[in-house]
Amino acid sequence: MSKGILYDATLCIGCKLCEKGCAERNGLPYDDDIAAEQKQSAHKLTVVLTRNDKFMRRLCMNCQDPSCASVCPVGALRKTSEGPVTYDASRCMGCRYCMVACPFSVPKYEWDKPLPLVRKCDMCYDRVARGLQTACAEACPTGATKFGIRDDLVSEAKERIAKSPEAYLNHIFGLNEVGGTSVLLLSSIPFGEFGYGNDLSGEALPLLTYRVLSHIPDLVTIGGVALGGLWWLTNRKDEVARHEAEERRKSPVGANEYAKT
Amino acid sequence: MQRPKITFWRAVLVLILLSGAYATIVRFAGGLGASTNLSDAFPWGLWVGFDVMCGVMLAAGGFTLTAAVYILNLREFKPIIRPTVLTAFLGYLLVCVALLFDLGRGYRIWHPLVMWNPRSVMFEVAWCVTLYSTVLSLEFSSVLFERFRFPKLLRLQKMIVIPLVIAGVMLSTLHQSSLGSLYLIVPNKLHALWYTPLLPVLFFLSALCVGLAMTIFESSMSARHFGKQLELPLLRQLGRALLVALGVYTVVRFQDLLHRGAWHLLQWRSPETPLFVLEMLLCSFAPICLLLIPKVRRNADGLYLSSVLCLLGFVTNRLNIAITGMERSAGQQYFPKWTEISITLAIIASGFLVFALAVRYLPIFEKVASHQAVAEPETAAGELPELSHVQS
Repeated sequence: MSKGILYDATLCIGCKLCEKGCAERNGLPYDDDIAAEQKQSAHKLTVVLTRNDKFMRRLCMNCQDPSCASVCPVGALRKTSEGPVTYDASRCMGCRYCMVACPFSVPKYEWDKPLPLVRKCDMCYDRVARGLQTACAEACPTGATKFGIRDDLVSEAKERIAKSPEAYLNHIFGLNEVGGTSVLLLSSIPFGEFGYGNDLSGEALPLLTYRVLSHIPDLVTIGGVALGGLWWLTNRKDEVARHEAEERRKSPVGANEYAKT
Repeated sequence: MQRPKITFWRAVLVLILLSGAYATIVRFAGGLGASTNLSDAFPWGLWVGFDVMCGVMLAAGGFTLTAAVYILNLREFKPIIRPTVLTAFLGYLLVCVALLFDLGRGYRIWHPLVMWNPRSVMFEVAWCVTLYSTVLSLEFSSVLFERFRFPKLLRLQKMIVIPLVIAGVMLSTLHQSSLGSLYLIVPNKLHALWYTPLLPVLFFLSALCVGLAMTIFESSMSARHFGKQLELPLLRQLGRALLVALGVYTVVRFQDLLHRGAWHLLQWRSPETPLFVLEMLLCSFAPICLLLIPKVRRNADGLYLSSVLCLLGFVTNRLNIAITGMERSAGQQYFPKWTEISITLAIIASGFLVFALAVRYLPIFEKVASHQAVAEPETAAGELPELSHVQS
């Protein structure tokens, strides 16, 4: 069963223990200065954003049909059956198309390193594969970040909204956005406040390019035949002329007749 | 050995190459952060927008002209096949050089050839560009075979030239349009003045226009610097073809804006508007209006001006898509750092340098007057039209 994370902003107290747990699991430094940073970066894969007294996490959404995995020319990014979208650093050549393509602008780059890599949350794939929960969910003291089977989390999110409709927006972010994501968000204020796009389609974005790419084999065969044929047509004239010249050389009489006509 | 004279342009060339060399050190010692204004919010800049996107586009003369000469059998254009193929070949080489700068780990540039992801447009572009560079080098090889006297190889090359050209046209069609398809996956990031499902079609049509404009432009340039050029009637023919191609492009572009209802986005105060207008003026209105005037269309300078405007217009178009159109969603402006500009200039300069050297030491321009090269079918007996001109 595909796993997922449900983050309920109404339960979040902004303690940032998820940030700390994430940093530890990924071998990244974490101190007060980094805790104060309000944006994701190569050294901060998840961030708890604050707007007045409201909180919202940002992390890789681990899309069901991820743009990053679709655009990566070397297949470094991959959607696993367990849910996490993983990154194989040994394949990455650093084209940064994943960063351009991601609808949530999640992948970040190690700009300061001479030999940089992409960094992003991979939903603790190693832990999830061993049957453990993600580091952020384990660190969360209030249950705001909950790890589980995605389908179960969807039902739970619906129940929470149904139980107290006044506390939530009637919107599970990630249920349908870009074809659905493994990370689901609940909030009491619009997601746009925290930079989550409100113009995202319910369709997986990779379809947009796949629709075009899938025509390529047809195009190549049609084009090859058409161009070859065109060459044959336009160059036949010369071939005929060459043939006639040869005929003339062989039988001067015939050539004279040809000349008369 | 004669000492080269110091001229203004040679001095400029040396300065550009020296500053490029310094910028290269900064790039590889300090990384992308030290050498570019790229950031997590703006991961693609000048090197992708200009060096790669425009570089590939400006090399479109190669497939346009080889198709005209070999497939459509328009032999009168044969005299400029070699310089055009050389420019295309150099263009692609320089695109690869630029990629080595832009890729975070350039030494892995070959990875897409072994680590496949056929769902990726970038994967397809990587393969097409690799294959097409190979095709161009084989197309160009006749020049080397001729220069260094390998008649057997030359004959072999002639035998495969038609399949080569067909492969070249197909590969170009694919990757020229695919550079547009790269942006299909960012409907929420690229400004709607430029984002359209027709991006691949528009990229291909504009590559055709640029291919024609580049051929006019190159001919005029080589007239100036090497005293070789196409005869005026041929230039005029190219000019007419360019007019038609630009017309088709403009109609498709406007239909697309109309159908998507994107006109209302042209607001007076929006920062995208002036750049969009500039682009449309340069790549459509100005050259079309100019070429519609018979006096301009028949005059070598008029044709030169029209082609230059058209080229500038499509460069603006690519930069608008890669940079301007992405700024709003990124929430920040991007302007290249000096190192980015310096390396770009150095790459262009080395292109000019290699071209000049090739013209000097290789049989690039035909030795026979071009009107003789328009061979009668009889004189061309037993010989396919080729990328070589041994008969001279």
